[in-house]
Amino acid sequence: MGMVQTFGMWGRLLDVDLSSGKVAEMKVSPVTYRMFIGGRGLAAHILWRELGRRWREVDPLGPENILTVLTGPLTGYYPGIKLSISGKSPQSGGVVGSVVSSHVAYAIKACGYDGLVIRGASRDPVYIYVRDGDVEVRDASRLWGMRGVDLIKALRSELGRDAPSIYIGPAGENLVRTAAVMARWFHAAGYGGYGAVMGSKKLKAVVVEGSGPLPPVANKDEFVKLRYEVIDRVASRVTFRRWGTTSAIWRVGHDTSSEPVRNWQEEWHNKEEFNHVLIEWRYWAKNPWADWSCPLACMKVSKVGIGGVTYLSDGPDYEMGAYLGTNLGVFEVDKAIALSAMADDLGLCGIQTGNVMGLAVELFERGVLTRENVGYDLRWGDFEGLRRLMEDIAYRRGVGRVLAEGTYRAAVEIARMKGVDPGEVLKYAVQVKGVGIGAHGIRSRKDYPQPIAYAASVQGGDHTSVAGLPANSEESESWSAFLDSAVVCSFTSTDEDMMIRFTNAVTGWALTKEELYGVVGPRILTLQRVMLLLGGPDVRWDPRKHDDNPPRFYEPLPSGPYAGSFVPRDEVRKNLEEYYKQLGWDENGIPTEDTLKKLGLYDLADAVREIRRELGAG
Amino acid sequence: MASTQGQIWVLVDYSLCTGCRLCEIACSLKHEGVIWPAASRITVYEDYPGCPVPHYCVQCPDYPCVSACPTKALKVDQNTGAVLVDTSLCTLCSSCVQACPGRVPKVVKGKQYVLICDLCGGDPACVKECTRAGYNALRVIRKPQGTAIKHYAKPPEVVVREVCSRVFG
Repeated sequence: MGMVQTFGMWGRLLDVDLSSGKVAEMKVSPVTYRMFIGGRGLAAHILWRELGRRWREVDPLGPENILTVLTGPLTGYYPGIKLSISGKSPQSGGVVGSVVSSHVAYAIKACGYDGLVIRGASRDPVYIYVRDGDVEVRDASRLWGMRGVDLIKALRSELGRDAPSIYIGPAGENLVRTAAVMARWFHAAGYGGYGAVMGSKKLKAVVVEGSGPLPPVANKDEFVKLRYEVIDRVASRVTFRRWGTTSAIWRVGHDTSSEPVRNWQEEWHNKEEFNHVLIEWRYWAKNPWADWSCPLACMKVSKVGIGGVTYLSDGPDYEMGAYLGTNLGVFEVDKAIALSAMADDLGLCGIQTGNVMGLAVELFERGVLTRENVGYDLRWGDFEGLRRLMEDIAYRRGVGRVLAEGTYRAAVEIARMKGVDPGEVLKYAVQVKGVGIGAHGIRSRKDYPQPIAYAASVQGGDHTSVAGLPANSEESESWSAFLDSAVVCSFTSTDEDMMIRFTNAVTGWALTKEELYGVVGPRILTLQRVMLLLGGPDVRWDPRKHDDNPPRFYEPLPSGPYAGSFVPRDEVRKNLEEYYKQLGWDENGIPTEDTLKKLGLYDLADAVREIRRELGAG
Repeated sequence: MASTQGQIWVLVDYSLCTGCRLCEIACSLKHEGVIWPAASRITVYEDYPGCPVPHYCVQCPDYPCVSACPTKALKVDQNTGAVLVDTSLCTLCSSCVQACPGRVPKVVKGKQYVLICDLCGGDPACVKECTRAGYNALRVIRKPQGTAIKHYAKPPEVVVREVCSRVFG
């Protein structure tokens, strides 16, 4: 059949305009898939094509922004499931390829589409309902305002059955920049702030029911063989399966000393109660628990009761246990689980929200924020106060109005309120380019992120998309860009050879490791990099200043086995320059014209010239 | 009642089921040659977190679906005990769905006949997949004698309710 279709994909997206209510079909050519793979790469391509000329002016929370909900060639085939969510990020001003485990991913393909492109904004609350070939934009007025659990129940009673959905809670509706796109109770596409983008479009949910088969694969025998091989390999990860990421709450804090504690003032803890074995005994109602097609089952359903209220959550998984536990000085596990359950129900990203809450508590402790600003006291580990603060953020009440802007913007605004230099508050803000840093520090050097993991990432503080040397290895961000574009779970992913063979079996491509690291990965990163540096409308990143770790990471660790450890600035600088060079970017990390030509991205040339000109002037 | 000598049966342990649906994938790959969850003869329902329920034909000893079929499209495989669909006789009238105490037979867009578990001729793909993944929520056993197993044939929402109340109280 030549190049009429990409195997594993249908080659068409649903293009829904919420302003007009019109639904169209957007074709995606095999060449486009070959160049950008799918998911995150395809999202960046579509966003550049549709909005590139006006990128800086596009308000991420305005009707002009485009929300992409995409699958990739591995979606549905490779064990484990993810869905790619993207758009212009209300956090970074660039493009963040966020992922969420969701049944919507395979359901879209079972409808005969590869994803949705959602533009415009509705005047009244709506949800999009896709059933096979039928698409409806339905009234969601009676769903607006609902939290996650209530929404799932309401949708179930409206549809008469359980249907895969992604949705937002009150936080997304209230345009909170730390709002996530949620799925299946506890799952979130947190990075990027796309819950707020859905909210700005008055889009409460996307519900997808597909009754058809997935598209055919190129080489079925090879696919079936590799699939069994992957299942065998993934299923043999016994300890990860037993405790999931929950075990890291103890290990990353106590052993590797790289877990945020009290807004990253420390990265070490010795709280015995915070370990997975106790958590398993005390709180897990269901283990193991898995997402669609997953032989790993890293999830667990935990249940706690506090003050007569029952909270259900998963895990808590590592990031939630860290960000809504140790980072807030909460060392009572049941309370960390409760905060995690609350964040899910409100539709907040636990990482970004835990990050900005940590900043708020530290500022309160330092007397920068006062009782007058907040209305109550903020103290490390004070469950009642923290619970209240989280709600205030989700509903933009009181100080929550400021904190709902996310760590970077909140710090700048608080400095303005207090009449001090922004640097005086930003030095406590643990973020890079508007994105709060995931719960994996670099100071002890004992965890996976390299010194430039966040400083050079095209997704800022995203711990699932870290930069590293060498650029032609799994250490580089090209690897994450590939996984997020093929749209597969990083926990069920295997080595490069297997991932490439699997991709080729599904698509019929002849992708090689050299092409992955030399062309495809750098192409996606370069495109994202240029859009990130363009930024706007309210943020503009200067690579000489903002390609850096947050100031806190230059404070030596104060406690634990690696006390005194940190990564010096000259090492960060040196690694950055080497990394840029390997990607074909100049000494400031601006892609060169040769690189643009080589990657087939020459339509970025004007934008790159403009960025370089501004740097020269600045 | 006919002898069940030599016949097999799929035993489920709800507490071990992770809700991963690898069984659905394996079933559709085996029967349809593609990943097609809707056309899987086994379906996992999960209306509440952590309470997944695999739902499939339990081969009732009295086979009400077979007796209800007006076109004689259904018959029992004496070797395995499975209900077999004669694809040329089935008219998709849904009489078997009505007759089934578990509402198991599936009518799916794109298929010209009703879908019922055929036990893969004695080596069920769903069980193999569940075993391969190490979950062991599904196992093949010799078909139990007597009528007790019919109590597994309940509509999925009923089983979901019961499993949930056991997990969360």
